[in-house]
Amino acid sequence: MSQTRKQLLTDPLVDNNPITLQVLGICSALAVTSSLNVAFVMSLAVIAVCGFSSLFISFLRHYIPNSIRIIVQMVIIASLVILVDQIIKAYAYEISKTLSVFVGLIITNCIVMGRAEAFAMKNKPFESFIDGVGNGLGYSLLLMAVGVIRELFGSGSLFGVMIFEPVSNGGWYVPNGLLLLPPSAFFIIGFIIWGVRTWKKSQVESREYKIQTIKEH
Amino acid sequence: MSLRSYFNSLEPHFEKGGKYEKYYPIFEMVETIFFTSNTVTKVAPHARSYVDMKRVMTYVVISTIPCILWALYNTGLQTNSALASLGVEAQSGWRISFLQLTGLGINPDSLISNVFHGLLYFLPIYLTTLIAGGICEVTFATIRGHEVNEGFLVSSMLFALTLPASTPLWQVALGIAFGVVVGKEVFGGTGKNFLNPALTGRAFLYFAYPAYMSGDSIWTPVDGYSGATSLGIAAAEGYESLSNYGITWTDAFLGTIQGSLGETSTLACAIGLVFLLLTKIANYRMVVGCLAGMIVFSSFLNWIGSDTNPMFSMPWYWHLVIGSYAFGLVFMVTEPVSGSHTNLGRYIYGALIGFMVVMIRVLNPAFPEGMMLAILFGNIFAPLIDHFVVMANIKRRAKFSV
Repeated sequence: MSQTRKQLLTDPLVDNNPITLQVLGICSALAVTSSLNVAFVMSLAVIAVCGFSSLFISFLRHYIPNSIRIIVQMVIIASLVILVDQIIKAYAYEISKTLSVFVGLIITNCIVMGRAEAFAMKNKPFESFIDGVGNGLGYSLLLMAVGVIRELFGSGSLFGVMIFEPVSNGGWYVPNGLLLLPPSAFFIIGFIIWGVRTWKKSQVESREYKIQTIKEH
Repeated sequence: MSLRSYFNSLEPHFEKGGKYEKYYPIFEMVETIFFTSNTVTKVAPHARSYVDMKRVMTYVVISTIPCILWALYNTGLQTNSALASLGVEAQSGWRISFLQLTGLGINPDSLISNVFHGLLYFLPIYLTTLIAGGICEVTFATIRGHEVNEGFLVSSMLFALTLPASTPLWQVALGIAFGVVVGKEVFGGTGKNFLNPALTGRAFLYFAYPAYMSGDSIWTPVDGYSGATSLGIAAAEGYESLSNYGITWTDAFLGTIQGSLGETSTLACAIGLVFLLLTKIANYRMVVGCLAGMIVFSSFLNWIGSDTNPMFSMPWYWHLVIGSYAFGLVFMVTEPVSGSHTNLGRYIYGALIGFMVVMIRVLNPAFPEGMMLAILFGNIFAPLIDHFVVMANIKRRAKFSV
């Protein structure tokens, strides 16, 4: 193993974050981050699916024919997603209504598929499980960061607990309505990527082209 | 010591290796207020023109003067009229105290009282825009090492003119900061922005604080006074009923109506347009395209007609004078950076915006006004339009070279 198990878990948090570096799984990050409760449940769902799908796919990796591997991976991921979906419906019905199709759409989440294809097909089950959980955590970290900004400044609360009393309730804070709309997550993720790449210069991509300067003569 | 030699003596400190090397953009900004830049191009191609960036931007600011003057007068007029009908006691505050102390009074018939009352609303908004936007601009220029550009003066002026007079100042600051940073600086500064910075900031405020940017009670900054914009009335009851509110076409053309600071007067915008076209700052093709798109599509909707939506029957000459169509057409559509760059593309770009304005105003029930969104939409499509125009040209020429 080139990476230690600890690195498998911690690398995807900042250095190789699936959202800020690989820019995967953006769709659900836009949709479910307007309230932290929902974002938290979604994070748990993705961690569970990502970890266990990597585990099971890694168990089966020698038996999966190469030509139909995507289909087999999808079957495993889809079964896990249905399981998670049913659990959320049973224990957190209100949140499951807000999450609506987005739990189901974890099946097509690029992060889960990406880890299965890039890591679990080539590595041992336990490492694959850690890698899956690590990437799920990286996704969750960003989801929660975006969620904090959107819920705090969009409705003045965190996890539904009022922090800034809005004007409509006699407080002082004027909620920013833009943050409750999905496009605001685009801006916030963009700003976070900007911040992370200012901090970690190695994540900056090289330019596709360079403006040529003509030599003075 | 002359000013020139004073700058010369300061310059070494700001150049490479100097003590204040980092702050060169700020030095350059102050120096070029007094003198033209010493920098000349050293390698080909050499283009000689009197019209540099500074002059272009200054011309645009000059062309907004009629709109500014009208903004002062009309804001004062609307506020004074509202106070006259509600009673002066309805409002208190430093503006009222100032007007009464100086003896100008609250009199909708007095030109000076109106202009001063308007000034007391316009000036805080404009100063906030300059300070907040200026801080963002100078910070970026210092860190990124590019020049502080006069383009900011245009953006800040246009942004201030698109706001309702009652906008809280902290929202003004937030809006222009968003406009400057997201609309311009993240893409590399003036000349590289694909969206109009002033409109980006305006759109941010529109979606972030809809209660302060739309509705009936915000256009005149008097508590408890409610006055719908002409577009609001037209959308609810049809343009024919505007006369029930005492609004004739001439009123809307001159601009004695409710609306954001600088947008109400089509006449003032038209004067600005003539100036911009004469100095060739604005490209007439975009204006022609935008007018054509609006006239053709609104006439088409007139012809279709609708029993339930009164906006269908609004003729093009009403679309022209109410809302921010005229203001957007003159100052935003013609912006050279975010618009199309090919001549044919400019017609298409203008027409697309003209079409989208009517589309949003008439067919979209959520937004009464469509100019801001239509222009941003056009901005996004401009590079695509250019791409297809260039490709078509390549194809056409390729036919001849067998």
